[in-house]
Amino acid sequence: MLQERTRIAAAHTPIDPTSVVGWGVDANPKNDPTYPYRDRSKDEGLTSNWQRPAQQRSDVEILQSIEHIRRPAVFGTSTPPSGLSGMIRRLAFRWSESNWIHWLLLMGADRINVVEGIGQDLARAQVPNIPAEMGAKAEWQHNKKGLATKIAVTVGIGLVAYALFSRKRSDGPPQRVVKLSSGEG
Amino acid sequence: MLAMDYRGPYRVRAQEKPMPKIEHPRDAIVKVTRSCICGSDLHLYHGMVPDTRVGTTFGHEFCGIVEEVGSAVENLKVGDHVLVPFNIACGQCHFCKQGLYGNCHENNPQATAVGGIFGYSHTAGGFDGGQAQYVRVPYADFGPHLIPDWMDPDDAVLLTDVVPTGYQAAEMGGIQKGDTVLVFGAGPVGLLAARSAWLFGAGRVIVVDHLDYRLEFARTYCPAEVYNFKELDDVVVFMKKTTDGLGVDVAIDAVGGDAQGNFLQTLFGTKLKLEAGNAIALHWAINSVKKGGIVSIVGVYGPTGNMVPVGNIVNKGLTLRANQAAVKRHLPKLIEHVKEGRLNPKGIITHKVPLEDIADAYHMFSAKLDGCIKPVLVPNG
Repeated sequence: MLQERTRIAAAHTPIDPTSVVGWGVDANPKNDPTYPYRDRSKDEGLTSNWQRPAQQRSDVEILQSIEHIRRPAVFGTSTPPSGLSGMIRRLAFRWSESNWIHWLLLMGADRINVVEGIGQDLARAQVPNIPAEMGAKAEWQHNKKGLATKIAVTVGIGLVAYALFSRKRSDGPPQRVVKLSSGEG
Repeated sequence: MLAMDYRGPYRVRAQEKPMPKIEHPRDAIVKVTRSCICGSDLHLYHGMVPDTRVGTTFGHEFCGIVEEVGSAVENLKVGDHVLVPFNIACGQCHFCKQGLYGNCHENNPQATAVGGIFGYSHTAGGFDGGQAQYVRVPYADFGPHLIPDWMDPDDAVLLTDVVPTGYQAAEMGGIQKGDTVLVFGAGPVGLLAARSAWLFGAGRVIVVDHLDYRLEFARTYCPAEVYNFKELDDVVVFMKKTTDGLGVDVAIDAVGGDAQGNFLQTLFGTKLKLEAGNAIALHWAINSVKKGGIVSIVGVYGPTGNMVPVGNIVNKGLTLRANQAAVKRHLPKLIEHVKEGRLNPKGIITHKVPLEDIADAYHMFSAKLDGCIKPVLVPNG
């Protein structure tokens, strides 16, 4: 057991570079593919102890990547998480940015948020003008043919869906008929 | 105040919203004079960027007049006309100190891989953007740049993103005198990348797109050889043939995840969103560049993953260079280029639109209607 612990501790111990034979003999500062967009002379090593900006204070709920070791000094306070989409977003932040599920949950929340947005509009007695929000005026001005095609396709799909729905209902089993006997009258 | 309001994919409107407030001593409030719709805003508009919340205001390319400053802002005063780099940067962190202003670590709790960007979803920090009459500008004592008296605001607003991003695309290409440079995408960034390639000494500049009106614009604006990939059997084979069978020296991806041109990439990346966008432009860039060549990426992709031929990167010994532009680093040189007439940013503006018509502006830009290349909003016109 002690031997095992010693082996693991040794595996996790950083190597002293100067103990490695030949350390640095081929180092070449000119071999820098990040030039000119990164000034390596200002690289003080992997430390987070830079002089930090003052921390922004806010009561707004901010979700934070688990890859951060601390809250960044400044952040946006737009549209905090809310409703069902907010619950999904909170869940998403249990996983790192490296995990696909994090992003898939956020994308799912985005779609639910669209429906919530329509609900919020209606709750404010504001009926969203969806064709106008999608730029129908520009489409009418610059692409009448495209607009006509879109309307025709939408109406066509609607009619087919209506026809299928109506047929399904008329083809369904007959509704139960309850005959009342004279004694029940 | 009036501001752009995102309601869901392909749905935006102008909406009355509360005025922004100073939330940090280094904040400023800026009254917006010009604000662009960027090609990368279309990724948001198309619902491709995770954590894009309904009610957000987009807009990361804007300039305006300082309306109010926080207690720690001493280098700006009320009334100054400033252009504001699209990436928010503290100027103090590990990355800012090294000039990586597009990778600041003190502005985005929601992600570590993405620096804070105005109006670009909560994945980029949750900041409201500048497609509004007023906007909160964090780290205002570091980012904003005074617009010189002689400069047209239409030029200034394009120095906040498009011009530096195009310029850095060329810079990251490591272009040497006489190099053949291939640019995918004849949108605003592609145009400026191609134009900038000449400044670095390119010997031949080729632009590829699928929209003839944009290619025609690129032919005269950049200027460049232009090809419509829909008219080519195989764009990679064509590039090999036109470079004596070797491939181009430098290939630039100025398209990103909204690319077109491949069924599977469109299905998985654009429609099903199982990839971080359609990466066919990057695929073509990797395969069109010569062995030992350089691929420079400024096209925007989401944070998940994409299908690209990684094996070819290894086997051809390619160098990939990519980043969000460090706008602040480039500004002194780019302002000089504009002054000397070497760059003509406002030459790409095709539409000026009042903020009230934002829905039509987005649709026009997205659907490529009316010869649209660059729409600019005038929120306080």
